[in-house]
Amino acid sequence: MKPTDLGTYAKNTWCPGCGNFSILNAMRAVLAQLDEEGLPVEEVVLVSGIGCHGKIVDYLNVNSFYSIHGRTLPVATAIKLANPERKVICFSGDGDCLAEGLDHLIFAAKRNIDITLILHDNRVYGLTTGQYTPTSPQGFKGKSTPLGSAEPPMNPPELMLVSGATYIARGYTHGIDLLQRLFKEAILHKGFSFVDVLQVCMTYNNLYESYNKCVYEMKGNDTSSFDEALRLSRSWRYDGPDAPIPLGRFYQVDAPSFEEVFPGFELVDLDEAKREKKISEVLERMI
Amino acid sequence: MMKGVASSASQGQSPKARGEKTTKTLGMKVVEGSYAVAHAVKCCRPDVISAYPITPQTHIVEHLSQMVANGEMDSEFLTVDSEFSALSVLVGSSACGGRCYSSTTSQGLALMYEVLYNVSGMRLPIVMNVANRALGAPLNIWNDQQDSIGARDVGWLQIYVEDVQEAVDATLQAYKIAEDPEIMTPTMVCMDGFILTHVYEPVKLLDQELASEFLPPFAPRSILDTADPKTFGAFADPSTYTEFRYLQFEAQNKALAKIERTAREFEETFGRFYGGLVDSYRADDAEIVIVTLGSVIGTIKDAIDSMRAEGKKVGLVKVRCYRPFPVAALREALKKASIIAVLEKDVSIGGEAGLLADMKAAFYNSSIHPPIIGFTAGLGGRDITINDIEKLVKKAEAAMKGIESEFEFLSLRTEIL
Ligand SMILES: Cc1ncc(C[n+]2csc(CCOP(=O)(O)OP(=O)(O)O)c2C)c(N)n1
Ligand code: SF4
Ligand SMILES: [Mg+2]
Repeated sequence: MKPTDLGTYAKNTWCPGCGNFSILNAMRAVLAQLDEEGLPVEEVVLVSGIGCHGKIVDYLNVNSFYSIHGRTLPVATAIKLANPERKVICFSGDGDCLAEGLDHLIFAAKRNIDITLILHDNRVYGLTTGQYTPTSPQGFKGKSTPLGSAEPPMNPPELMLVSGATYIARGYTHGIDLLQRLFKEAILHKGFSFVDVLQVCMTYNNLYESYNKCVYEMKGNDTSSFDEALRLSRSWRYDGPDAPIPLGRFYQVDAPSFEEVFPGFELVDLDEAKREKKISEVLERMI
Repeated sequence: MMKGVASSASQGQSPKARGEKTTKTLGMKVVEGSYAVAHAVKCCRPDVISAYPITPQTHIVEHLSQMVANGEMDSEFLTVDSEFSALSVLVGSSACGGRCYSSTTSQGLALMYEVLYNVSGMRLPIVMNVANRALGAPLNIWNDQQDSIGARDVGWLQIYVEDVQEAVDATLQAYKIAEDPEIMTPTMVCMDGFILTHVYEPVKLLDQELASEFLPPFAPRSILDTADPKTFGAFADPSTYTEFRYLQFEAQNKALAKIERTAREFEETFGRFYGGLVDSYRADDAEIVIVTLGSVIGTIKDAIDSMRAEGKKVGLVKVRCYRPFPVAALREALKKASIIAVLEKDVSIGGEAGLLADMKAAFYNSSIHPPIIGFTAGLGGRDITINDIEKLVKKAEAAMKGIESEFEFLSLRTEIL
């Protein structure tokens, strides 16, 4: 399978230069590669939130589900529990899963459910045209905060670490090789995997220049060490224009995942004949 | 749309209203609907504003945040993480005696649902503009009125406006009604999303001096006060819970007269009147009367004018106040109708539709029994055209000889089903 096989006929409505294009291209390449390596795309389910980021599922020819604003993870959790064999990947925005749906994010990490969450972290509400979000820098002058937002930003990798996520990384939309590597690692990781993608929003929060100046890739860090991951994730707190911004993998450990320990869920037997028999039994009972 | 206002306003204008005071109001300006409403909110001098962005409400609150930032308003503007938080913030602020404002729509209103009951149950007179929009799934950002009609039982007053001028004027009136010590009930001013929030039309912005005269400072009798401790939202066991609800119910009944009175007082001060609870257009001698809410009224008035020119006796009754439901005013306005055709932008799936059900209930035990039929249209932003209205009237004409269908989806695209 080629990445282009995963395209759709939907008209792309992202702004020219939007970082979402890199996320889309990286994901296409990774899914095509995984398909070649034995993970058929038919086994993958995508769940999106509401926002510019959410449109990504329109542009990927893969099973997908549009949830409502903030609720990617509850939907994804149910899909995973009903069908633990599936690979479930969520695309969520910083507004979507750090504001409206923050509780779900913490619980997904706490449960260590085997879901991958890609955070399109443009640090602004893109679709509603430019208001501050939980990761906007303090003093961000958006349409709802003309004097600058008064709050310090949230630090998503740190939050994920203390909440119990077992794979945590950060990418940048102007570094597609790294993005591909991180996406692949995250998808193959068993347990809750979280990739914070610093996404350039050309229209409402273009941090391209400052990111370009500040990002560096972590090398040789001990990704099994909670303390080291905490230190590195705290070394940049989504503020200050000049602080170095670490990219790459912060943390990865093995731990039992939620669907493994979730009690009493009988797997659906996918044998065609048995399935039909089961359905007619149910129908007969109900009619 | 201004045409509609001009006709209803001039019909109802009192000599005093055309007199001295109106010369004090500003001249008309062409502005965006959201700006006009934000300006009206500014004139209401809220202490606290809190909102979460959602299309097509965003412009209203963005204008407000800019006004606060410019120092034009002495209000606290709280940005929050969700609609649930926005309204919850206002619960606290209002209980402390602050005049509070929010705005939302659709999914946002749905997410507020639990808090909507809290606000009305605690008798906190918060005012909110609902920029009416459809609910998902399927995802849709355009206008219909499913959101607020679906929230008709949450204990808030609901006013539906026809155009931007009325949205402005109703917002000021809403505080006066909500904060009346006899009423103390939160109020939604419902305006069709995009159609009224994003349109640019000539509007008379409120004059601050007149608005302050019309709406005195909020002076609640009961607030959170360390010198006189109280509890809000406490537990009511089965021996008292019913009486809390009864008092809310009574307050809404009292609001009927208050809404009428406030509309008249507004007319005295500003010279504009839209009807109190209901308004009508060419309905006096009409056989077929369309009953509806919101911005579609402009189109219906045009359709009525052309049908009248062909000799059809068609008229309109506009439901301005939907909660409380103005049963007596509607019976009076419709007493000569041969048939009532209800048109609305919502549907009660499994039943019929909100306004239709209320209309049938309002007439069932009365001495007048015109047939009542209903239509849902304009869902998810589909335009309701003059053609649609003419189609509706034809169906109403046929129904006068015998009702075939009590409720239907108007202009359904059967070819894509
Ligand atoms: C309950 C609810 N509130 C508000 C909205 C309006 N809304 C749509 S997208 C969005 C924010 C999107 O921001 P983010 O998640 O950061 O995504 P981006 O557009 O930046 O990709 C909001 C507030 C909604 N759809 N539902
Ligand atoms: S608004 Fe920003 S995030 Fe949305 S499509 Fe445009 S550039 Fe991308
Ligand atoms: Mg965002």
